[in-house]
Amino acid sequence: MLNIPLKDHFRETRIFGSRLTIMAGFVVVVMLVLLGRMLYLQVVHHKHYETRARANQISPVPVPPVRGLILDRNGIVLAQNYPAYTLEVIPEQVKDMKATLAQVGGLVNLSDSDLKQFDKLRRSRPRFESLPLRTNLTEEEAARIAINRPHLQGVELHARLQRYYPLGGLGIHLTGYVGRINEDEVSAIERSGKRAAYRGTLHIGKLGIEQSYESLLLGHVGVERRETNARGRSLHVVEREAPKAGDNLYLNIDARMQAAGEQMLQGKRGAVVAMDPNSGAILTFVSMPTYDPNPFVNGIDQESYDALLKNPDKPLVNRALNGQYPPGSTIKPFMGLAALESGKIDANDTVTCRGIFRLPGESRPYRDWKKTGHGKVNLHDSIVESCDVYYYQAAVTLGIDFIHSFLTKLGFGQATGIDLKGESVGLVPSREWRKARGENWYLGETVVTGIGQGPILVTPLQLANSVSILANGGRLMQPRLMYAHENPVSKERYYSQFSYKQLFTEEHKPQLDAIVEAMTDVVHGAKGTARRIGWNAPYRIAGKTGTAQVKSIAAGEVYDAEKMAEHERDHALFIAFAPVDNPRIAVAVIVENGGHGSSAAAPIARKLMDYYLLPEKMPALSKATVVTSQPNE
Amino acid sequence: MNNLKRFIDRVRYDKPLMVALLIFALISFVVLYSASGKNISVVGSQAIRLTLAYIIMLFIAQVRPDTFVRYSPHFYAAGLALLVVVLIVGVIGKGAQRWISVGGFNLQPSELMKLAVPMVVSWWLSREGLPPTLRNIAIAAVLIFVPVLLIIKQPDLGTGALIMASGLIVIFLAGLSWRVITVLTLATAAAMPLVWSTMHDYQRQRVISFLNPESDPLGAGYHSIQSMIAVGSGGFFGKGWLDSSQAHLGYLPESKTDFIFAVFAEEFGLMGTLLLFAMYLFVIGRGMYIAYNAQDAYSRLLAGSLTLTFFLYFFVNIGMVTGILPVVGVPLPLISHGGSSLVTLMAAFGILMSIQTHRRILQQ
Repeated sequence: MLNIPLKDHFRETRIFGSRLTIMAGFVVVVMLVLLGRMLYLQVVHHKHYETRARANQISPVPVPPVRGLILDRNGIVLAQNYPAYTLEVIPEQVKDMKATLAQVGGLVNLSDSDLKQFDKLRRSRPRFESLPLRTNLTEEEAARIAINRPHLQGVELHARLQRYYPLGGLGIHLTGYVGRINEDEVSAIERSGKRAAYRGTLHIGKLGIEQSYESLLLGHVGVERRETNARGRSLHVVEREAPKAGDNLYLNIDARMQAAGEQMLQGKRGAVVAMDPNSGAILTFVSMPTYDPNPFVNGIDQESYDALLKNPDKPLVNRALNGQYPPGSTIKPFMGLAALESGKIDANDTVTCRGIFRLPGESRPYRDWKKTGHGKVNLHDSIVESCDVYYYQAAVTLGIDFIHSFLTKLGFGQATGIDLKGESVGLVPSREWRKARGENWYLGETVVTGIGQGPILVTPLQLANSVSILANGGRLMQPRLMYAHENPVSKERYYSQFSYKQLFTEEHKPQLDAIVEAMTDVVHGAKGTARRIGWNAPYRIAGKTGTAQVKSIAAGEVYDAEKMAEHERDHALFIAFAPVDNPRIAVAVIVENGGHGSSAAAPIARKLMDYYLLPEKMPALSKATVVTSQPNE
Repeated sequence: MNNLKRFIDRVRYDKPLMVALLIFALISFVVLYSASGKNISVVGSQAIRLTLAYIIMLFIAQVRPDTFVRYSPHFYAAGLALLVVVLIVGVIGKGAQRWISVGGFNLQPSELMKLAVPMVVSWWLSREGLPPTLRNIAIAAVLIFVPVLLIIKQPDLGTGALIMASGLIVIFLAGLSWRVITVLTLATAAAMPLVWSTMHDYQRQRVISFLNPESDPLGAGYHSIQSMIAVGSGGFFGKGWLDSSQAHLGYLPESKTDFIFAVFAEEFGLMGTLLLFAMYLFVIGRGMYIAYNAQDAYSRLLAGSLTLTFFLYFFVNIGMVTGILPVVGVPLPLISHGGSSLVTLMAAFGILMSIQTHRRILQQ
């Protein structure tokens, strides 16, 4: 059967026509969908996409501010900035970090610690931020990077300002240093809501002035809005909000005295604090040994850090601020004042010293440093000759409760409020203190507290601050390192306000005078323990020597410095102020294991007072003391 | 002189289509100049390609439609053979085997198939009366799917799908019964998981990033997001010619080719877009008019399919740029900077013109 269908033209046309109409309808519907989509994108959500287009092109780049300088009272620079090539990486723009790091490593020297530091930053910082990989590139290294830059996506070379301490370790324990912001600091910054302020800034004050005045030194971050292409290369700056440099800090410190103080303690361990007793201005703040802070700025390598940590002289310890020592005989002027203020002891009351003291009913001897004894001594003699027995007796008479409250009033066992963080407060023992540790107070402890031994501990800063009370007529000052801060643009200066607590009124002047008189005779009297520094002084000095026992000497045993290990020898202490009739400088000196205060500590105080009071004697800052670790090396 | 005038007079072309295509050429130059970052040589190369394509179009327009009918199977067979050759000795281009190098020219057999498939299906179905029998439809389906599978294998999913669509459109226009359409639609839906399992990873990734472009904003979703930003930021009036920041700063990928509409929409806004859409509608309308008035079933089916396929290219490209379709490498017809696809497109217009200008009854 042949069944070839005849072509039915009308039917074909009709079918095709209807199908074409359906397709035309489809075209119209799809066109409407596309139009709807265009309306949605270009009209309804136009703002959104416009913002995103702009966010695409314009990326805000933080411009870190210049950190304020730290200068001494005469403008000698203690901390400054110098431009250094820094190699930075923006992780977001790096496709293969491993390969890129290897490539960079082939061009410049990348140490393990550089890589570790970078890795740490990568984990803690946002991906789009520029992170430092290497700092202080040499000219040659910078050139090599610059040439290869087209092949190094996401790697950038910046000339950034680096912190630098031109005098090296000089004053390190007061200036401190800056270092890379670590993870703890990042979270602290975030908690305090200052994250924006630190954008683009990689360093933060870690210690000393750098730390305590961080907010003044930091300045305000600026922003550059740069047009960037899809590869993240910035094309040009659209808008710039300039950063504001941090304030320059002028310190009360005199770098020359500081250098002299450190020079005199060279090779020893100890601390010297000198201050203006009338203002609380810290003139010298020595803690020896020192160390060079410059390697800390970009992260000191572990080996060098371990060496500093393991150094038996503990250079990292700030002795002036955190060294806690038994005050030894330097406590006597304050105990003497306590005696007069208590009303229980008169200046003319005498004690007969036979070189030994025993509590009633006890056999344990408390020895005087002078075996033969001082004979009959009153308050004046007791300070001049530093009679121990007098103070054994006085302490028992006053009682530990009164001693505790009086010494506390004088600032012992208390923070001085100096403008440095982490100050140690020392210890003024009391019954409560013992009780808190579940122990009882023994009278014997009261006895030795009288001569500044036993549990009592003071810091060199406290000693200087407390001796200032005697110098300024009864005021407890708040010590200040900063003299003023200065806006680097307007040169406007803001001076530190000095503040104090008036401890003694005019009525107490006789008691204070009695102590000062006795301290003057310590230096200038025929029997004074520090007469060696006084005989040729062109001004009058009030002082008190101290020799603090480090190792307790068993009964019957004789102290023999020659036979003892160096670190078991006594600490040498000296506190003083001058001139007596118009005090301008108060000094506390501690030489660890230095032996006698009169020979090891007092001459240092005398020198510093000479420099300060007799300007013609002030030594210039010699080249030898200007320790420079050159940048770019 | 007289001879030349006579020759020009004898050249057959469709005037409305011709005018529209010339306007499109102008639009293409304007947008390309901006998208290429004011690179006049890009515009120049496009002009050379267009000239070549116009010559081919006009040449084809002179051919009688029954010649197409006669040679449809041969053309198809040749294209199929080349596809197989490509699979075997194809040069690797962009990680996919799509090209044959012939004396320095790159021949892309899939471009031939864009014309050959609708031609052969139209030829096959119009041999006997319409609507087609199921048997003929099945054979037509085989004619469609063999080359489509070869192209998808290359792998070029986008082109394969569009060629398949051009063939299916012919079957639909031929009068495929609604019952069969319903059954096939359901079967296709059921087969989707199977399709998914045979897809390449990068193809799956495109689908995933289409469904949620923000899932990987710097990876697979990047193109989609950046082109939507470009289109959206254009707003009502656009940023103005040469002011597409998305393209000029390099955020927009493939701004001269697949994503050129994003540049257009960013610079000329919704107003420009409306005009451009109107231009496309005009060309599609003219194509449908030609199809409707064609004199035989073959011409009708072929003209209808070519016109609707042109529309599909337009739709897929705009849909891709505006983020309602996944990113498949389909250029915007008549505007995008591109070689062989432009020639194919103009050849299709040549066929339309031939169909329109060789009618025997009317206008004589």
